[in-house]
Amino acid sequence: MEWLVATMIGLLIGCGICLLLRSRSFPVVLGLLLLSYGVNLFVFAAGGLHVDQPPLIASGPPYADPLPQALVLTAIVIGFAMTAFVLMLALRALSELGSDRVDERQGDEES
Amino acid sequence: MNAPSLPLPLLLPLALGALLLIGARLPLSVQRFIGLLGTLCVLAAALDLLALTAQGDVLATAIGGWPPPLGIVLVCDRLSALMLTLTGLLGTAALLYASGGLDASGRHFHALFQFQLFGLVGTFLTGDLFNLFVFFEVLLIASYGLLMHGGGPARTRAALHYVVLNLVGSSLFLLGAALIYAATGTLNLADLAVRLGQLTPADARLAGAGGLLLFTVFALKAALPPLHAWMVPAYAAASAPVAALFAILTKVGLYAMLRLLSLVPDTGSGSGFAGSTTWLLTGAAVLTITAGSLGALASTRLGTMIGYLVMLSMGTLLAGIAPGTAQGLAAALYYLVHTTLITAGLFMLADLVANGRAQGDRLIIGDPPRDARILAPLFLLGAIAIAGLPPLSGFLGKAWILIAVQDLAATGPAVWPWIWAAVLGSSFVVLLGVSRAGVLLLWRRRGSASRQGSAANAVACRSGLARPALVGTSALLAASPLLMMFAGPLTSFTLATARQTLDNGEYVAAVAGLVPRTSAVNEEGAHR
Repeated sequence: MEWLVATMIGLLIGCGICLLLRSRSFPVVLGLLLLSYGVNLFVFAAGGLHVDQPPLIASGPPYADPLPQALVLTAIVIGFAMTAFVLMLALRALSELGSDRVDERQGDEES
Repeated sequence: MNAPSLPLPLLLPLALGALLLIGARLPLSVQRFIGLLGTLCVLAAALDLLALTAQGDVLATAIGGWPPPLGIVLVCDRLSALMLTLTGLLGTAALLYASGGLDASGRHFHALFQFQLFGLVGTFLTGDLFNLFVFFEVLLIASYGLLMHGGGPARTRAALHYVVLNLVGSSLFLLGAALIYAATGTLNLADLAVRLGQLTPADARLAGAGGLLLFTVFALKAALPPLHAWMVPAYAAASAPVAALFAILTKVGLYAMLRLLSLVPDTGSGSGFAGSTTWLLTGAAVLTITAGSLGALASTRLGTMIGYLVMLSMGTLLAGIAPGTAQGLAAALYYLVHTTLITAGLFMLADLVANGRAQGDRLIIGDPPRDARILAPLFLLGAIAIAGLPPLSGFLGKAWILIAVQDLAATGPAVWPWIWAAVLGSSFVVLLGVSRAGVLLLWRRRGSASRQGSAANAVACRSGLARPALVGTSALLAASPLLMMFAGPLTSFTLATARQTLDNGEYVAAVAGLVPRTSAVNEEGAHR
């Protein structure tokens, strides 16, 4: 299972970074999304991988570490909000700058 | 020392921000009143914490009564109180400036401003690595909104880069925090300080990788090259009070870096950080100083130039921190107060100059702005302070940093020639840059057709000086002579702060004091 989880995390983060390096805003947003999925899985795995163990300390000795699960919940919520924001921003940039290239430069920087 | 009133500066901006969000249709004067009230409350609470911690006590409180290391703790030592006071001062001045009319150019300015304060206060008070991440996100999302305030293509473009880079930074932050958790089983800073010293070599390497990832993230926030590209366009595009408030955002990165470094267990060398850390920080400092001063010299706008000066000051601060000695850190903290207030004041001054001039803040010969008689002395004051000329506080801070790094020469790595060259060279370059800017903006006027030009100027510029804006700007710039006059008590305070920060014993003891004696859950904090 460790092998599978590690491969998935690596795949997600690798694809995310690959998409982030594109020059259009939509792939960049998708890249951020994949990156945050990969990172969330990584945080989840930080407490060690367990099968058939509840993340509840009160339930007795065989339990999964509950803290990373609580952390990843927070991280998912924050990541969701941030993705929504960057999506709106990309749309606004598309309408205001007339292009979805992230490195778009217009002639207003002349002195 | 337990302090139940510790969450107060955190909750007030949150409550007022939510109130302002609901009351977005309230008249602007009411919003301004509520906003100023909130900011003054933060300032008052910060001053209170400053007084409480001045004797060396570390205040700590566990939110909801949940004991550390699993519960959320707020901790306030001298360093936190100092940063909070700085936030309060800067926030008050920026809000005063915005109340001159800039807050009318978009919606929700005051609500976002309160949330920004909430995030800043939280970052300085939190005693937990994950909550540091959460408060980073809070202050970042407020800063995205503030940066976009007023709209326009330039802001949108700068904001897109700023947001994407910071989101990548957030992902790296989570990776780093997860690595540290995997290695140590805790995210509580005080707990980390204890456990980092007891790791097996394999776990220590894992934690080290996490620490370096976090260092990268904080370097991104602090705009250290090569991670600085987002910073200058964003700061130059933001409206003046927002850019002024952002002057402390880069220092947040530095503060987090300092907290992280103070956790690293003492290897017994007795002369600050380990040699490799010193070299890493020195390299970053020299690189930042070089890039910042070259950028400042090459700028074609005053706003851009001040953005590069902010970056340059980050380098100078790192140079003071690099040796890891109390003297160096104390000098850097003194310089931090100085540079935050002065660069913020200069951002506002640049906006005042741009408003009074047909050419904006572009560094070309045009007509001097209206009210140049008021603006020129202020610019002179700011220029002397930021370049580090005697007799103002910039000189004192830089001189102290130089002396402090030289003291290290006997015991630690010989980094001082690098730092001396960078700091002294950059002072000269900055002096060149700001005097050129001052001459072009405020002194020389176009020779021919000057009458026609000044008529056009009078039409083109928006309005006269708004009084709150002028008060805010001069208050910030007046900080430099004040910092000089009260240098005695201030330097002894920063020295005490530096000693407390580097020796994390009191911090750990304060958080450990929150743990109830009979707690079975805590004994199981180690997860494996």
